[in-house]
Amino acid sequence: MVTENQCSCEQAQEEELYGKLQEVIKEHKGKPKELIMALHKAQNLFGYLPRKVQEMVAEGLNVSLSEVYGVITFYNFFSTAPQGRNNVKVCLGTACYVRGGQALLKKAEKELGIKADETTEDRRYSLGIVRCIGACGLAPAMLINDDVYGRVKTTKMMEIIKKYE
Amino acid sequence: MIKAKINNVDVEVPEGTSILWAARKANFTIPTLCSHPDLVPGGQCGICVVEIEGIPGLKRACMTPLGEGWKVHTHTARLMEIRRQLVELILSYHDTDCLTCIKNNNCELQALAATLGINTVEWHSLEERLPIDRSSAAIVRDPNKCILCGRCTQVCSNMQTVNALAVNHRGYSTVITAAFDMGLGNSVCINCGQCVVHCPVGALYENSHIEKVWDAIHDPDKFVVVQEAPAVRVMLGEEFGMEPGTLVTGKMYAALRRIGFDAVLDTNFSADLTIIEEGTELVSRLKTGKNLPLITSCSPGWIKFMETFFHDMIPHMSTAKSPQQMFGALAKTYFAEQRGIAPEKIVSVSIMPCTAKKFECQRPEMRASGFQDVDFVLTTREIGRMLREAGIDLNEMPDEKADSLLGEYTGAATIFGTTGGVMEAALRSAYFLVAGRELESVDIAPVRGLKGIKEAEIDIDGLKVKVAVAHSGGQARRLMEKVQDQLRNEGKSEYHFIEVMACPGGCVGGGGQSWGSNMAKRARRGESLYAEDRSLQHRRSHENPSIKVLYEKFLGKPNSEKSHTLLHTHYYKRSTVDGDIIAEQ
Repeated sequence: MVTENQCSCEQAQEEELYGKLQEVIKEHKGKPKELIMALHKAQNLFGYLPRKVQEMVAEGLNVSLSEVYGVITFYNFFSTAPQGRNNVKVCLGTACYVRGGQALLKKAEKELGIKADETTEDRRYSLGIVRCIGACGLAPAMLINDDVYGRVKTTKMMEIIKKYE
Repeated sequence: MIKAKINNVDVEVPEGTSILWAARKANFTIPTLCSHPDLVPGGQCGICVVEIEGIPGLKRACMTPLGEGWKVHTHTARLMEIRRQLVELILSYHDTDCLTCIKNNNCELQALAATLGINTVEWHSLEERLPIDRSSAAIVRDPNKCILCGRCTQVCSNMQTVNALAVNHRGYSTVITAAFDMGLGNSVCINCGQCVVHCPVGALYENSHIEKVWDAIHDPDKFVVVQEAPAVRVMLGEEFGMEPGTLVTGKMYAALRRIGFDAVLDTNFSADLTIIEEGTELVSRLKTGKNLPLITSCSPGWIKFMETFFHDMIPHMSTAKSPQQMFGALAKTYFAEQRGIAPEKIVSVSIMPCTAKKFECQRPEMRASGFQDVDFVLTTREIGRMLREAGIDLNEMPDEKADSLLGEYTGAATIFGTTGGVMEAALRSAYFLVAGRELESVDIAPVRGLKGIKEAEIDIDGLKVKVAVAHSGGQARRLMEKVQDQLRNEGKSEYHFIEVMACPGGCVGGGGQSWGSNMAKRARRGESLYAEDRSLQHRRSHENPSIKVLYEKFLGKPNSEKSHTLLHTHYYKRSTVDGDIIAEQ
């Protein structure tokens, strides 16, 4: 599972982003009700919500760090760990679940060596769960980045995943 | 007024009364779990649901105001089945080893399960045990016992405005913890323990020093001294079935002697001392007009709150230590000297209504004697447990006196334990120090009582001194923001002197009080302290004979160099993110 340790070039890129974050915070300054919007924009900038970003948003919007962390951990969409280059999402909505979505997830976890909501060490893949992308007729379905795959067989799943660098 | 029927019994209540309270009036106690008389109902547990004829579904009695003409039923077969299922579900993910749980016999979930006659739990969830958070010097959090009632987050966020705890994640993973699971001890938690005293189960409790104190008592080489806070003498009785507010000073000394403490002294002595030192400080600030308002510093919960959220007020804080810490410094110097005991053999224990004192005693600067000034702190609950374990019943104790040197006190000291008490005590002595004569009417009513922020104006020889008293973190925040505004906009504040206590009600409402407390009990304890004050011969701190001896023989005079080294302290700025000390640049 990837940790927050970063290489120096990544760190330099992030420094730039903090400037843009300040502008986001300015827009929502002192408006605690706009917390989720601000966090959404922050995540769009960084790809995830590192601790420092959470602290800055908390201070800027006059919301306690506890509340920010509580909101972030509640919503599936917010991530506290950097995302991989490829986002693999297995659907576990009703139709997909009934048609073996769980087995796909288990296999992906085993083969990639990570659990759902985690990212591989080499940052190639992030694994996650979605609930119904509306492709029920193609159950069990899987998303990789913006590509939808239907009627995925456990035997063929890794082939599909490995196509993504 | 609303007229309705509850279980076919007529009841009439003011409009807005919840069904829960209306049922009480009709002599029915609807079972509850997350409800607490001092908190806003949140409807988390759903145990108090009732049926109302003509209204579909079930309503939570705690949150639903009684309607005109309603016919409410509180224990139909359906409701009873539902309540049992709800409790069984809670028990299915609860660590049910009651026998070894700290809340055994004091647990609201245990009581509810017994009331509802639960004898089997059909569902068994296979969750892994979560680690217990022992990062804090004062408070332990066991998430395996948590029933997610949310009382702790409500008090921490709304009442105390500290926001150390929040509900995180969701579904089966829901857990109440500090952000990033950093542990309470690494967070902005001020150690006030209000979460502890509101928790219905064994998920929050004090970090116990009982074993260490037993070790010291049983060690023939150690001389163990004990001090007890003013509030303890009106709270300890509750641990033994007495009415809240029963004054047990003499019995308390007897019990402590019998359990094995070598010297039974009293924090009230050093409370008087605090008044002399702080009163002198007030007088000097009134003269120079600098750094007003002076703000009291005996509540360690308030100190950490101030250091974290209002550290620009540090110059206003009194540099006087709390009575507990002043005592600690003297026990291993003055007391040791006078009694001819080697200070390294002295173990200094305090009995407090407080959990934050456990944090305070291990603050690195609290070593004025050359040793840790106060070694261990026991809450009222902990000493209750120790006495019971030793087979001592407070009810059966004779009335005894405290030992000399650090045991004598005035009425001004004893009222420290209730909100407004420190202020009143300080004014009684400040008056004398400024005017050179006594304040005739020592009872200063405007600073008494449970109002969140109290104000008064005292005429001290022509000088109008304006004071304010705040209790609980939320009220302290309001008052400090007002003072900050005044200082920023007008260059000065209307107030000369402010008392702040971190806990609602003052120390009688502290984190160490007996389980099952509420504001009504806190009020009764406070009243009892004022009654003891009225009963004592000396009611002004500067009249304490033992204090006069202390200055003559040892300290010299108030704010002398020796007093400063032993009895005064300094503060730190802390981060609002995690309460860590911000290193001075």
